Amino acid sequence: MTGCTVEQAITRVHHEEWARVVAGLARRFSDLDVAEEATAEAFAAAAERWPREGVPPNPGGWLATTATRKAIDRLRRESQREAKHQAARIVYDSPPEPTGPVEDDRLRLVFTCCHPALAMEARVALTLRLLGGLTVPEIARAFLVQETTMARRITRAKAKIKAAHIPYRVPSADDIRERLAGVLAVVYLVFNEGYLASEGDEPVRVDLTDEAIRLGRLLRTLLPDGGEVAGLLALMLLTDARRPARVSRTGELVTLAEQDRGAWDRTLIAEGNALVRERLEAVAAGGDPPGRYQLQAAINAVHTNAPSARDTDWSTIVALYDHLMQLDPSPIVRLNRAVAVAEVDGPGVGLAEIDRLAEVLDAYHAFHAARADLLRRLGRGGESRAAYDRAISLAGNPAERAYLTRRRDQLAG
Amino acid sequence: MSAVPRYLLSVYGPAEPTEFGAYPSQEAMLQAFADTRAFNERLQRDGHLVFADGLEPATTATTVDGQGEKTALTDGPYLETKEHLGGFWVIEAADLDVALALAAEGSKACRGTVEVRPFRTEESVRALLAS
Repeated sequence: MTGCTVEQAITRVHHEEWARVVAGLARRFSDLDVAEEATAEAFAAAAERWPREGVPPNPGGWLATTATRKAIDRLRRESQREAKHQAARIVYDSPPEPTGPVEDDRLRLVFTCCHPALAMEARVALTLRLLGGLTVPEIARAFLVQETTMARRITRAKAKIKAAHIPYRVPSADDIRERLAGVLAVVYLVFNEGYLASEGDEPVRVDLTDEAIRLGRLLRTLLPDGGEVAGLLALMLLTDARRPARVSRTGELVTLAEQDRGAWDRTLIAEGNALVRERLEAVAAGGDPPGRYQLQAAINAVHTNAPSARDTDWSTIVALYDHLMQLDPSPIVRLNRAVAVAEVDGPGVGLAEIDRLAEVLDAYHAFHAARADLLRRLGRGGESRAAYDRAISLAGNPAERAYLTRRRDQLAG
Repeated sequence: MSAVPRYLLSVYGPAEPTEFGAYPSQEAMLQAFADTRAFNERLQRDGHLVFADGLEPATTATTVDGQGEKTALTDGPYLETKEHLGGFWVIEAADLDVALALAAEGSKACRGTVEVRPFRTEESVRALLAS
């Protein structure tokens, strides 16, 4: 076996087994710190030994066993150290006996990492570390903060989980809908931070979008009946499918209308479409009405199924936004709806709707970019230029700034 | 980790209460007291209650520093803030989810925002000493 294939095997096993090993140890030892560090040690041991000894026949089992041994060693060391301070004898929790149907430990870990008593940034960091298996430096880089800051954030979150007794458990049926919405929000935030990178020099941070999709797939495995789980995965797949066409060779953002649709990833689109279809059928068969992710996925499916921007079924998109507005009447949803309305009823009607949002969205670059485009189409060059200027000054993403600058400079006069 | 976790549920109120405490009217005050009493009884019945009580206004507090040679006394609370601790519960709950659900009920009953904070445990003190 060559070094390269072992390396690939380790990467694959890391993706497949990291969360499972952490989650199993977390249940067994009731300690996220121990679980995380023992898992990291086991993977380090694999990286050292597998190239020499070959990949074991059951890599997941090897890692779980090795990690368990490391955890026990660690706890022994700690209890000896404590014994020097105090004669108190440490008593380990015996793992609780399973009472209900067997649950995947990873699902408990999901709900613990995304617990609402933790700040959003702590939930994101913990989820990426404990479920995604990203290293602290990787997470720090992804969120453009110092490594020490990120390490502290994760340590503090784990300390709160332990001290406040945040449970390691899947919420009860009464709470699960709300809690699951919180979990999905964490995953979608990771995705958007990658896809719409608001800071830094890279227009798209693939490490984050890939990780969010991986987490979305994991949730789908753990909760196959969750409509919004399927919806979020579909939304991310259909959005990510357009990534190859989204930034030009010169590093400029390419809008949906101008994208080379031949460059879209058809495999991801097919997977996303299958999920959207599954949800449509489930809703038609009397299932729960679609939530925000399912509606957004459906909107994206209309786009990805259209041969061109002109031949897009904009009326359906407006209807889907109407539905979405009932669930989430936020200014951003209203803005997106207005852009679709402009395609159906003309730029004048769209602009009138957008202008109603002027006060709330004045600091949002996309508001000014959308206005600039409609003003341009209406032949109001001077106003359009002013709106582009404002959008450029507010946009953080370099590819987006490049696009907006070119559009502004193309204005006649 | 054999003992049931304990939490302090604290309620904050205005530093300068009106004649009806932190409440807009006498009826509101009486209703909040009745609701809080009912909530306390439920805590007692379900085995959560360790201790609960309300405090006199923060203006009645005296701050003591006995670390120096001579004890220093100051009229008033330790922290000069707009809101002060007005009352609290000490409860036992299996985990934070249970404590948060109880805090939400208590908040509704007493008409105040509740801060939930875990007490140290034997285990956490041991870890602290070992670190």
